[in-house]
Amino acid sequence: MQMNILAMRPARNRKLLLIQSAFVLTAFVLPLLIAPYQVFQWTLIASYAVALLGLNLLMGYSGQISLGHGAFYAIGAYVSGILIDHYGVPYIWTIPAAAGVGMAFGFLFGLPTVKLENLYLALATFGLAVAVPQLLKYKAFEDWTGGFQGITISKPEVPFGLPITQDQWLYYVSLVVALLMFALVHNLLRGRMGRAIVAVRDHPVAASAMGVNVVVLKALTFGVSAMYLAVAGALSTIAMQYVSPDSFAMFLSITLLVGVVIGGLGTLSGALFGAVLIGFLPNFAEQISKSAPGAVYGFLLIAFLFVMPSGVAGGLKILLSRVFKTNSKHSAISTQETK
Amino acid sequence: MDAFIHQVFVGLANGSLYASLALALVMIYRSTGMVNFAQGEMAMVSTYIALSLIQAGFSYWTAFFLTVALSFVAGMAIERFVIRPVSHASELSVVTVFIGLLLIFNSIAGWIWGYSIQQFPSPFSKFSFLANPYLSLHQVGAVGMTLCVLILLYVFFRFTKMGLAMRGTTDNGVSSRLVGIPVSRMLGIGWGLAAAIGAVVGMMVAPSLFLDPNMMVGLLLYAFAGALLGGISNPLGAVAGGFIVGVIEDLLGVYIDNELRFTAAMVLIVCVLLFKPAGIWGKHTVKRV
Amino acid sequence: MKSTHPLMLPAVVLCLSLASTAALAEKKYDTGASDTEILVGNTAPYSGPASAYQIIATSMAAYFDKVNAEGGVNGRKIKFISLDDGYNPPKTVEQTRKLVEQEKVLFMSGGIGTGSQLAVQKYMNTSKVPQLFVGSGQSRFAQPKEYPWSMGFNPNYATEGLAIGRYIAATKPDAKIAVIVPSDDAGKDYMRGFKEGVANSKRAQIVAEATYSTADATIDSQLTAFKAAGADTFFNECTPKFAAQGIAKAYDIGWKPMMILPTVSSSIASVIKPAGVEKAVGVVAPAYLKDPGSKEWENDKAMQAWRVWMAKYNTKVNPNDPLAVQGYVVAELTLEVIKRAGDNLTRENIMKQASSLKDLQLSLLLPGIQINTTPDDYRIIRKFRFQRFDGSSWQLFGSLVGD
Repeated sequence: MQMNILAMRPARNRKLLLIQSAFVLTAFVLPLLIAPYQVFQWTLIASYAVALLGLNLLMGYSGQISLGHGAFYAIGAYVSGILIDHYGVPYIWTIPAAAGVGMAFGFLFGLPTVKLENLYLALATFGLAVAVPQLLKYKAFEDWTGGFQGITISKPEVPFGLPITQDQWLYYVSLVVALLMFALVHNLLRGRMGRAIVAVRDHPVAASAMGVNVVVLKALTFGVSAMYLAVAGALSTIAMQYVSPDSFAMFLSITLLVGVVIGGLGTLSGALFGAVLIGFLPNFAEQISKSAPGAVYGFLLIAFLFVMPSGVAGGLKILLSRVFKTNSKHSAISTQETK
Repeated sequence: MDAFIHQVFVGLANGSLYASLALALVMIYRSTGMVNFAQGEMAMVSTYIALSLIQAGFSYWTAFFLTVALSFVAGMAIERFVIRPVSHASELSVVTVFIGLLLIFNSIAGWIWGYSIQQFPSPFSKFSFLANPYLSLHQVGAVGMTLCVLILLYVFFRFTKMGLAMRGTTDNGVSSRLVGIPVSRMLGIGWGLAAAIGAVVGMMVAPSLFLDPNMMVGLLLYAFAGALLGGISNPLGAVAGGFIVGVIEDLLGVYIDNELRFTAAMVLIVCVLLFKPAGIWGKHTVKRV
Repeated sequence: MKSTHPLMLPAVVLCLSLASTAALAEKKYDTGASDTEILVGNTAPYSGPASAYQIIATSMAAYFDKVNAEGGVNGRKIKFISLDDGYNPPKTVEQTRKLVEQEKVLFMSGGIGTGSQLAVQKYMNTSKVPQLFVGSGQSRFAQPKEYPWSMGFNPNYATEGLAIGRYIAATKPDAKIAVIVPSDDAGKDYMRGFKEGVANSKRAQIVAEATYSTADATIDSQLTAFKAAGADTFFNECTPKFAAQGIAKAYDIGWKPMMILPTVSSSIASVIKPAGVEKAVGVVAPAYLKDPGSKEWENDKAMQAWRVWMAKYNTKVNPNDPLAVQGYVVAELTLEVIKRAGDNLTRENIMKQASSLKDLQLSLLLPGIQINTTPDDYRIIRKFRFQRFDGSSWQLFGSLVGD
């Protein structure tokens, strides 16, 4: 949706801006209205949203697959934890640090593997997701990672004497970071790199013929998406004040994948919808069935996809196009469809 | 040296578990073009059904064939009612449906049959002529069963009309329809066969690993790796890949570091794939511009 | 001023002391307690890879059902609220905070999962909410100086390893030992304690040690290596599934060491029967709970009462599942603490009662094992008795060991 801003008429542009402003305003007011543990929930959702932005960049716009991006989330989380615990780095600076490390690891991992076709890339990333928690527990790194027990840090204090609680402060930090990351990827996609990424996804041979270095571009995309995951991981460490290998099992990568698809591949708003869903769907499933919540969760996933195969963002778009009839002309220009 | 040989056989025994599941993955890939991540869980549920039949009084082989038949039907039903409605959506949506299936089967199995491990009988425990110093009776039998299924699959794809039709379906769905192949039916049969193979796999795996809802979870990744290493479109390659993964993984664990065993194996496999992008025995398809 | 009545001072003193006694006798409640009910919170893996352990929590709930049906405790009903955390630490944090901040429980009891409970330990201690009887033997749940509000239930892993190591050193001083542990926290602690215990005998040596991961399919590789190393003693420190594999595989490859199992994998129903009872003859294990699958307790009154309870309140669970025994015992212990708190239902008093248990006997603990806690020692279970499997049942032997 966001990619079409240039193609849209000013009236539509204003409508979109209005919706976005309303949303941002709600996001800022929210923590003042809800219970502390719910503020914590939404802080984690902000972290997931950043993660899904990154994964979406990779899977939706670049057309690559990753079953193991949880590994980069883990890396970011540990970078943050280690810097705070071992080196006393103020938590806020660990976020860009995690971003840098994530980008580097992502790019280095991507360079050899982006040549693999999707299925094989899936395997390589699947392997990464399983390997990273094992490496985190490995004895040689124990002094850094804290081994199985992980790292515990203290809860950040509210600075400047602001009249809000620690939970609310952490929420705002995560929210601001999330908004920044959203703006970043939005600009990225609007620019040359964004066009190149989509071109490589749709017609790699043609793009290559046009002078795009496919491998480097794909690896860079991998790196940027890993950077997002790492930032999200750092945010989660700060929000939870705890990082351990158990939090980054295979299940995390699967959850993120599910979140991107259900939210809506190839859309930026999809990241938000997906984050909300993966944050709250398990709780909802638990309400329905205490003894088999996994089954209910799986069932809900499938039901979602039956009703909205392009995710919530796709479903909303169809809904809105029926409500605002003027959309029908512009949906043809949209490059929503992902392979 | 003797210790080394023993370890190689342990690797082969583990490898046969991976190889057999890899066969089910190949089946589903050859017939639908997708890798079903829920294959392991489906196999696990089939095994529980077999156990229930045996506990209800059926003989082993009756329960065995009944389970295989039931699994075939169930596989077709899943394709018809769960997969087909989303098949027009993106590939990743379908993968998400697989994940949903995985969660459902895993959770339901635990809910119905509990989470404690259960013993599952082996039909080979009486075949004392198979005794040897390296593998247990059951393991020999299981390897034999894997090879049987492999031969059956190979013959099916290579020499039967339906196998040919199925290969056509995945190669080129549009052209297949044009020549009169009922593509949807082929997909259904493909799923059914994969589920049937999965049932066999589960029943071969359970005596060694003990039956519990998470029995197949650990195998999936290795089976996937083995299948891709050997060539996902080639049953023989996939089986070989499974055995290779088993042996490599075992030897790495013994001679390098047990905790890095998995990482080292994955690095090795990915390196091989970089040189042989379609797997060692896979067919490399050239993309038309 | 001179006109104070001579009895004024004693009267004032009398009044004051009466008032303070009255204050002591009046009911004191923190959030989560009232005249009619007490809220107890819990998180457990109802989904995810460790869902087998949910049985502990469902059994606890079933126990409290019985208590409430029989009138409650001190006139109050216990409301046990257990939420799913999928064995996922971020979820545990969320659910625990929900229980403490929204459901407003008085305290948490029986939390399952080392990683999960470690994630909320700091929060519980900062918020001064008791984190009682955690289902983990991790040392951080028995460190009253650093974490005064956290108390574990399971025997400390290192302590158990130590007891086992000492047992080998005492009964088989020349042992050539092979040991396998999981590559996680518990495994590390077990190994540490075990080695310390084995060191009691100079001639005993560990000829092979290995780890395994729950992602592995089998431990055949390690076992083959153990046999090749010529070990005659085997500490099979694995979770139930792999312990069973260890028993079966060792037998299959013709390796007959003296085998020792840890408490968590010594259930007849969950480990030995699936492996094959004939393959486990002679296996030794430490224990602190009565195994429902063991004939030894067939005529035991407490076990019979437990079975009655199982049949009435805990019907969905396998009648021989030891996890149900653990849940029952943890719930029983929780009830005891609540009982002793009387009408002073503050979090501080709950913690105080939990850390001042003296010679407490619970019906399903092995005879001779009593619970003693002090503000300096939070270890609930520190003693074991050893038992040997004779082909159909566990036979206790020897005397109480442990710390």
